[in-house]
Amino acid sequence: MILLVLILILFGAALLSWVAGVKSHAASRWIALCSLLVNLGIIAGVWIEHSHSSSSRWWYQFRMDWVPHFGISLHLAMDGLSMLMLALTFFLGALAVLISWKEIQTRVGFFHFNLLFVLCGITGVFLTMDLFLFYFFWEMMLIPMYFLIGIWGHEHREYAANKFFLFTQAGGLLMLLAILGLYFIHKANTNVYTFNYFDLLNTPMTPFMERWLMLGFLIAFLVKLPAVPFHTWLPDAHTEAPTAGSVVLAGLLLKTGAYGILRFVLPLFPAAAAEIAPVAMLLGVIGILYGGMLAYAQTDLKRLIAYTSVSHMGFVLLGAFAFNEIAYQGVVMQMITHGISTGALFIIAGALYERIHTRNLRQMGGLWLRLPMMGSAAMIFVMASLGLPGLGNFVAEFLVLLGSWQANHVLTILATIGLVVATAYSLRIMQKVFFGPCDRQYAVPDLNGRELVIIIALVIVICWLGFHPQPVLNTSQNIDYVVR
Amino acid sequence: MSFADFLSLGPLITLCAAAVIAMLLVAAWRNHRIVYSFSLLAFGMAMAAVIPAIKYIPHPVPPLLVIDEFSLFNSGLILVSGFIILLLSFNYFEEREERKEEYYILLILATIGALVLVVSRHFMSLFLGLEILSISLYGLIAYLRARERSDEAGIKYLMLAALSSAFLLFGMALVYAFTGHMDFPGIGAALREAGYLPVSVMAGFGLMLIGVGFKLGIVPFHMWAPDIYEGAPLPVAAFIATVSKGAMLVLLIRFYQDIHGNDYPMLWWIVAIIAVASMFAGNWLALTQQNIKRILAYSSIAHMGYILVAFLSGVQTGLEALAFYLVAYFITSIGAFGVVIVMSSSSQDAETIADYRGLFWRYPWVATVFTAMLLSLAGIPLTAGFIGKFYVVLAGVDGHQWFLLFMLVINSVIGLYYYIRLVAAMFAVPAKGQQTTVVPALPMAGNITLVILTILLIGLGVYPTAMMALIQQMMRILV
Repeated sequence: MILLVLILILFGAALLSWVAGVKSHAASRWIALCSLLVNLGIIAGVWIEHSHSSSSRWWYQFRMDWVPHFGISLHLAMDGLSMLMLALTFFLGALAVLISWKEIQTRVGFFHFNLLFVLCGITGVFLTMDLFLFYFFWEMMLIPMYFLIGIWGHEHREYAANKFFLFTQAGGLLMLLAILGLYFIHKANTNVYTFNYFDLLNTPMTPFMERWLMLGFLIAFLVKLPAVPFHTWLPDAHTEAPTAGSVVLAGLLLKTGAYGILRFVLPLFPAAAAEIAPVAMLLGVIGILYGGMLAYAQTDLKRLIAYTSVSHMGFVLLGAFAFNEIAYQGVVMQMITHGISTGALFIIAGALYERIHTRNLRQMGGLWLRLPMMGSAAMIFVMASLGLPGLGNFVAEFLVLLGSWQANHVLTILATIGLVVATAYSLRIMQKVFFGPCDRQYAVPDLNGRELVIIIALVIVICWLGFHPQPVLNTSQNIDYVVR
Repeated sequence: MSFADFLSLGPLITLCAAAVIAMLLVAAWRNHRIVYSFSLLAFGMAMAAVIPAIKYIPHPVPPLLVIDEFSLFNSGLILVSGFIILLLSFNYFEEREERKEEYYILLILATIGALVLVVSRHFMSLFLGLEILSISLYGLIAYLRARERSDEAGIKYLMLAALSSAFLLFGMALVYAFTGHMDFPGIGAALREAGYLPVSVMAGFGLMLIGVGFKLGIVPFHMWAPDIYEGAPLPVAAFIATVSKGAMLVLLIRFYQDIHGNDYPMLWWIVAIIAVASMFAGNWLALTQQNIKRILAYSSIAHMGYILVAFLSGVQTGLEALAFYLVAYFITSIGAFGVVIVMSSSSQDAETIADYRGLFWRYPWVATVFTAMLLSLAGIPLTAGFIGKFYVVLAGVDGHQWFLLFMLVINSVIGLYYYIRLVAAMFAVPAKGQQTTVVPALPMAGNITLVILTILLIGLGVYPTAMMALIQQMMRILV
């Protein structure tokens, strides 16, 4: 029941903040913030309660018939992986509301409606154990995201929003075909119509069929992840979105793709996934290197950060198809730390844009003098992004590489080169924005109280993940990974 | 004619009587409001007449008609759609034409034609229904004579409909010449006895398909659709998009089932090619349109293609999917046209995309309704269109029609582009000088109708179980 409450709180708050936004902008913001903090509190409570007793894998289950004719049920369940993803969702969601406090001044109610609706969809995706419902939530989060980019975005927002929408929809429809294929194979075997995840696990099928169905799922998730060559929507969408949109996109939406691979592709089609593993790992490595190279070449700050996402998500793909537990733990870690560090970088880019109204690196430089606090914050997250020991990303990438070494030596060595590329582009951010010669004289205020709260929260989390990752690792350990 | 016949044909008889009375009423006292109220009453009574008919199903009225669950359900659907279109009509015509009373007589007549199509299982009743429908539509399409494109549309429809009827007749003659039957089950039995599909019958089916295809507006008989949608009065366009196409589709299903169409791969392939061509042509041509009516026309061509995919799946689920999709499509199409109707001013229809730019910030509720309708057409969750499309894909997978499904998926993505373009236009901030000159009428009745349609749309999207159960029960008898 508590799982349904998590979704309903967000849904209710979404409607409420829209209505309230007509009268008062502040009310709308507070409703959004409070609902997310309440959810975050619930999740924290759940985590604390279950941090010791690692007896059963599924902490909560909730099931209710929805369309019994098709075997569709409102089936929600939470395990360690879902819990971690939800914690990230509500944490970044709350920060997204906070960062929009001043940035969004038009149609505030509708903005928060969309933001909460997207988060509601993401929550559903992370919780649902019914494949129809999964597809339902998967599609549901697109429309509000489309509006977030299309209405409050920057200059080329419509183009970016359309591209984002079409790419993810195309992937989603392929997944729908695969879901239905699985559904009918299960029906043929057992004569029972069901979309229930647990029933569909271990469905016997011909290798030919398994390969195609697996591809249907995988392509949808690779588009969302995004992996090369399906990544071209990402830089546009991230660049044109408002700060909160970028944070949600990079921090959460990409994670739904990674989550889908871990939750659905690997357990549902273990044999076919093992078959395609070398290709998938290769795509991951290409993503790491190619994304890093492109990031280095950008002149638009947000676009640069967007490409670093491509690079970082390459590690996720590499680890997910390494088929051993260390790599999986690294992947989960990478999902969380990437959400935090890239979210933080987008927040800094957004704060910078609010002050100097440009994202062009050529027009920046020497800003450390004016913005020492923002500079130090940026330094921390840039270091996290390049994988400095002591910060969360290092743990994640180290674990992924350690795991993938056992699966494939060559690809792991190539992936390690990605760390060098990461150093190059990350330092370039600092170099171009905060150091170096200053062509233009900016007289701008440093971080204000609200931004400071956001940054400090993020810094605490990323350091905590770096120095004491054990709670997260313990939680993500309690999952039946597909190990080869 | 027995009492049971009388009750079973209740909806049809009610409307027939209403058409005559309405005519007399106009002759006696010409008043828009009275005719309008009377038509509403007539439709209401016809809808009520569906209920006592349920008791007698299945009830054949040999040799021409059959009233079973399938025809009764679709009769109800057509009557409700006609009723809603009527609700949207009053204000539209009140503001335009001087002699608006005859519109209602024609609309009742056209609905009678559609009802006859739905209950017929004989060539004679088929042709009778078709011609009643077509001839009323000639008048309806050209009803607003003073407007520039109205004559063009009317004459175009007249020519093409007459031509396609001729093809249909010739096809029927060929089929009759070989099988010696004009009733559908008889034809099916004769063919089954023969064990193969003779060339002359095949040719007959082909020629009949021209007639049917024209009414459905499927490729390659779709050329009329955009021009007629654009030229016809908006409520009439909504009527053509839903009632006229729906009735023909119901007839096609019945015919195909009665002659065991799935036994003949040749027929299957012809329909499959038409389905794929309709999806591609409809979506492709809609991409560059700037006129909402034309976009809706092309989109309806594509939707007919989707419906045919369900039809071709050859499984029980396919027919259920088709029926569900039809309901969703009716709601959505009438809703979309309804938005255009309430947005139109007395002097000008709101038909270009520019008229809708920034609509959300001027009339948030209308824009929300339109967005819901467009998202339903695109098949996005929480709308009836999503469940409909899901149902169709489910049927396709069940029938192993992977090729058709891939075509459908590709087309869904293409289709998304122009729906989302419209949605984006509504949410865009209009630049100075870009504002539209159309002042929307926003009549009360229209607004309430739209709200109801939206609630239905979302209701079906969130809780489709009841409707599915109904459809499933209804479709059981067909297979």
